[in-house]
Amino acid sequence: MNAPSFIHVPLHRAAHGRTGDKGNRSNISVIAWSPALWDTLVAQVTEDAVADLFRHRRPTKVTRHLLPNLHAMNFVLDDVLDGGVNDSLNLDSHGKALSFLLLDLPLSISPDLAGHLRGPSDTFPGDLP
Amino acid sequence: MVDGQGQVLRVGCAAGFSGDRTDAAGPVVEALAAAGGPAVLIFETLAERTLALAQLARRQDPDAGYEPLLDDLLRPVLARCLAANIRIVSNFGAANPEGAARRIARLAAELGARPPRIAVVRGDDLSGRLDTLGDVARGLEVVSANAYIGAEAIADALSAGADVVVCGRVADPSLVVGPALAHFGWARDDWDRLARATMAGHLLECGAQVTGGYYADPGLKDVPGLARLGYPIAEIDADGHCTITKPAGTGGLIDAHTVKEQLLYEVHDPHAYVTPDVVADLGEAVVTELGPDRVRLTGVRGHPRPADLKVNVCHANGWLAEGEISYAGARAEARARLAGRVLRERLPALSLRLDLIGVTSVFADDAGRDLADRIPGDGHDVRLRAAASHPDRATAERLNREVTALYTTGPAGGGGVRTSLRARLGTVSCLVPREQVPIAWSFSE
Repeated sequence: MNAPSFIHVPLHRAAHGRTGDKGNRSNISVIAWSPALWDTLVAQVTEDAVADLFRHRRPTKVTRHLLPNLHAMNFVLDDVLDGGVNDSLNLDSHGKALSFLLLDLPLSISPDLAGHLRGPSDTFPGDLP
Repeated sequence: MVDGQGQVLRVGCAAGFSGDRTDAAGPVVEALAAAGGPAVLIFETLAERTLALAQLARRQDPDAGYEPLLDDLLRPVLARCLAANIRIVSNFGAANPEGAARRIARLAAELGARPPRIAVVRGDDLSGRLDTLGDVARGLEVVSANAYIGAEAIADALSAGADVVVCGRVADPSLVVGPALAHFGWARDDWDRLARATMAGHLLECGAQVTGGYYADPGLKDVPGLARLGYPIAEIDADGHCTITKPAGTGGLIDAHTVKEQLLYEVHDPHAYVTPDVVADLGEAVVTELGPDRVRLTGVRGHPRPADLKVNVCHANGWLAEGEISYAGARAEARARLAGRVLRERLPALSLRLDLIGVTSVFADDAGRDLADRIPGDGHDVRLRAAASHPDRATAERLNREVTALYTTGPAGGGGVRTSLRARLGTVSCLVPREQVPIAWSFSE
C-alpha cells in the first residue's frame, strides 16, 4: 500500500474569515479553525496563491500579515475594489463577499489533520476518510 | 469619575452603523443596569459616506443632518439610562451635533425623564476650512470634509458630568476610549492602556458583528437565535483589557472565532492599527474563551499616536445608472449574453459593467475579465445587470432607457426590468496636522 495521499479541501473547511474595506483596498482575515492547521495554512495560503486567485481584479500588491498567537493571518489587497465603495460598479461595492472567494482556495491537507477540519465533508466526496 | 477608579467599566454597544436595528439597545441597557456599577452605552452610526449624506440632508433642512433614526434609537432607552446613570456616547450627531443635542433634550422632556446634561463635541467638520486640506479637495464639488478626531473631548465631557455626549466624526473606537479615559484617569500617553481600550472599542464598533452577526454559515458556522441577536458589552479593567459578553437570554454567539473575525475587521497591518488616540499593536494579542459568550482579549500593546489626523472628503461625483433584466429557461444564459452585447453596441459612450447574476456577478470585476474568461454555460435563470457611471446625468440615463428598450428590441423572453439612477459621492482622504483641527466640546444650551 502507498502512504495515504493528501486530502483536497477548500480553505473554508480549515479556516474562516471576514472582509473589510478602506477606499480601494480590501483586507481579508483567514483564521484557522484549529491551531493544528496553522502550519498548513502558513505554507499554502501565501501571497502568491491569493494574488493568483484574485488576478482578474488585478491587485497591485498583496501583503500577508501573520498573527501566530491568534492562528490568524490578514491579507491586504491593494486596488482590487475597482475604485472602492463610491467608484466600483459592483453590486457588492465594498467587496464584502470577497472572503468567500478566498475561502474557496484549494488546500492539500495531511490525512492526520482531517479531524481538525470543520463543516460538511461533501465538498469533495470520496476524498475524506 | 474618579470615584469609580479600579472598578470595571461596562460599555455596551447598541448600533454599528446608520440603519442598524433600533431595538438592540433595550437588552443591553437592562444588562448594564442589572450589573450595576459604572456603565456607558454607545451607538456607532457613521460610515465613510454617511456624513456626506448628512451634510446633504442639512442643506435641505438646517435642523436635520444628524442620525435620522435618532428618535428610534433613543426613545426606548433614554429615560432608563438617565435613571440608572448609564452614560450615552455616540457619533449620531453626524453633520449636526447641536441639532441632535436639542432633539435629545426634547425627547427627554417628552419622556418625563430628568433633563440630561448633554455635551456636544465639535471641530471635526472642516467643510468650511478646505484651505487646511492642501491640494486634495482642489477642483472638487465638496459635500463634506471631516477629520477623524479622538477620545479626549469625550473624556473631558464625561469627567465634567455629561450624561450624553454627542459627536460627529470621531474615530469609532474613541467612543469607548473616551469613557475609559474618563473612568480610569489614565495618562493620555499611556499607550498600552489606550491601545487595549481602542481594541475593545474596535470589537464593539460594529455592534453585533462580534456577537455572531455577519458570521453565520449554516452547517459550518451555526449561530443560535440570529433573529434576536444580543449586542455586545465590553467589561474593561483598569489595565484596559476587556471581556466581551452580551445580555443574557439574547441570541447570538461569542467565542474565540467571532472575536478574532471582528478583531481583524478593517485592519491592515495588525502591528500598526492607526487611530487618532494611539497606534495599536495586535502582534502579541491573546483571545481566551472564559465561558459561554465570554471572551477575553489581552496582550494588545500601544505605540504613540500619530501627529496627523485623517480627513475624509466626500464630493459630488456624477451619476450612477443601473438596469436589470431577467432571462429564464432554455438557453437563458445565451440570451442574456446577447442582450449584454446589444447594450454595449448601443452605448459606446459608456463604460459598461455587465453582470450575469446566477453566472458571475459579485466576484467579478468592473472591466469584465471574469465574465469574458467564463465559458458560456447553461444558466437557466440569469439576470443581466448593467451599470455605468458618467459625469453627465443624461448620458448615464441612456443606459436605463436602453435596458428598458430590451423589452421589445432585445432577445426573446426578457422580463422584470428594473432601473435606477442616483447621484454618486466620491471620497478622497488626506492627513492634516492635529493642531489645525479645532477640537472642542461644550454643554448644549
